[in-house]
Amino acid sequence: MTEPLLETRGLRKTFGALRATDHVDFDVRAGETHAVIGPNGAGKTTFIKQLSGELRPDSGRVRFAGEDITTLSVPRRSHKGLARSFQITSIYRDFSALDNVALAVQAHAGHSFRFWRKAREDAALREPARAILDKVGLVARADVIAANLAHGEQRQLEIAMALATQPRLLLLDEPVAGMGTDESQRMIEFLAGLKGDKTIVLVEHDMDAVFSLADRISVLVYGRIIATGTPAEIRANAGVRAAYLGEDA
Amino acid sequence: MLVAIMLLLAAVPPIAALFAQPFYLDLLRRVMIFAIAAVSLNLILGYGGMVSFGHAAYLGIGAYAVGVLAYHGIDNGWLQWAVAIGASALVAAAIGSISVRTSGIYFIMITLAFTQMLYYLGISIEEYGGDDGMRLGVRSQFTGLIDLNDPTAFYYLVFAILVLFLYLTHRLVNSRFGLVLQAVRSNEARTRAIGFSPYPYRLAAFVISGAMCGLAGALLVNQTAYLTPEFMNWTRSGELMFMVILGGIATTAGPLLGAAALLLLEDVLQGSSLLPKWVNDHWQLYLGVILILVVLFARRGLAGLLPGRERND
Repeated sequence: MTEPLLETRGLRKTFGALRATDHVDFDVRAGETHAVIGPNGAGKTTFIKQLSGELRPDSGRVRFAGEDITTLSVPRRSHKGLARSFQITSIYRDFSALDNVALAVQAHAGHSFRFWRKAREDAALREPARAILDKVGLVARADVIAANLAHGEQRQLEIAMALATQPRLLLLDEPVAGMGTDESQRMIEFLAGLKGDKTIVLVEHDMDAVFSLADRISVLVYGRIIATGTPAEIRANAGVRAAYLGEDA
Repeated sequence: MLVAIMLLLAAVPPIAALFAQPFYLDLLRRVMIFAIAAVSLNLILGYGGMVSFGHAAYLGIGAYAVGVLAYHGIDNGWLQWAVAIGASALVAAAIGSISVRTSGIYFIMITLAFTQMLYYLGISIEEYGGDDGMRLGVRSQFTGLIDLNDPTAFYYLVFAILVLFLYLTHRLVNSRFGLVLQAVRSNEARTRAIGFSPYPYRLAAFVISGAMCGLAGALLVNQTAYLTPEFMNWTRSGELMFMVILGGIATTAGPLLGAAALLLLEDVLQGSSLLPKWVNDHWQLYLGVILILVVLFARRGLAGLLPGRERND
């Protein structure tokens, strides 16, 4: 069996007496969509922040593409091919949609100590950015200031920025959060289109999204992974039902 | 609109000469020197979101570089101004390497603290006049090129530097570098997530800004022909901040408008015989009221009130 693209071993993070991440061993295989679910307060956000580098674990390791990245900063991980979207929309609100994506392209186009040429007229940044906006279906809105986009469009822009960094792995933190039924259906279809093309870690509350997208699901409860398996296995798992699905559905 | 203002400024010397009012030449030269300092502050405060409450430090360093060299008999302007810019850049690099790691209130306090250190250093050096400061005996010499004792020539030199800095800043903030700087201001977490380390970009902007302000200091000491530690006092830093905010943060014309508004209002309220004496006597009070009204009713600053509005880049 090939080595997983991303793995954690014995990952642990405590805040005072709270064990937010409690000896988590977690594998993501190249090409799969791996969902992480769990009730509120299960430590999903703390966990994903340790994958993206925003938080350092107290102990344990994170390996990505065969390399130990436990101590790497967020920007360094981005350059290794880890991209993250945020649960609460995190975009440049006063820039146009195209500017937003072009900045993400720029971050991976060498250093930015370039002081003279107008970045907004730089085809090397604008063309790839436009192509990505096209891919997520926002190209008609390229010149709209991001703050003026509809909520669903901002969520798409969020994903577009992550894609623009040409990641090997996408960490999606609740991509359909706050969306209406139609919007979230469209987002799920879009993410389904990425499946196979990209390796995805999907943290999500929306069970429709999880069960229609995930190849495998890990269930996080009180900082521990209590089960990992295919959607069918997770549905059938008695422990999961007791801890989570039962109280939610 | 900015072009119109610049044309107007370019026309000041002949008009002042026509009406035999050299005082206005002096006043507007002073306005432009502070505008240069405000342009430099706007780069980090407006575009970089770094609220430096210590920008007068570089005015002071620039002024002292010229003053101290002149005191020791070195009056070559090229050398003096190069030292003014270089020393400001070095000090900015030192202060920035620490302060740029912080943000918000901590950044404000650290930049303020460093500048007050320099202020007290200036006061403590008796050799250079301590508290009282010292006169600049001879203005910076650019033999054969320009004579700063000629008010009009000096005026146009300041004017040219202002135009140059406005243009440089405009190019800078729209370059790749400038967009990263604005991105960090707008959303630091996102900027890190897409792969930028903010620190080197913020530090570079801080140093560029300090160097630019150092040149403004060199101009200022030539303008006033004396220097005192007061150039570096925190109230001076506050004035620079106010110029930027009043004029319109992160706009091209804003710093110039802010510097002009603040200094001209100060002059009119303080000295105009058309105003009643009780206004002249308590001019700070009335200046304060006007400033409050502008900040309350012109959220985007004076630049936001202009026809053909400045774009936010």
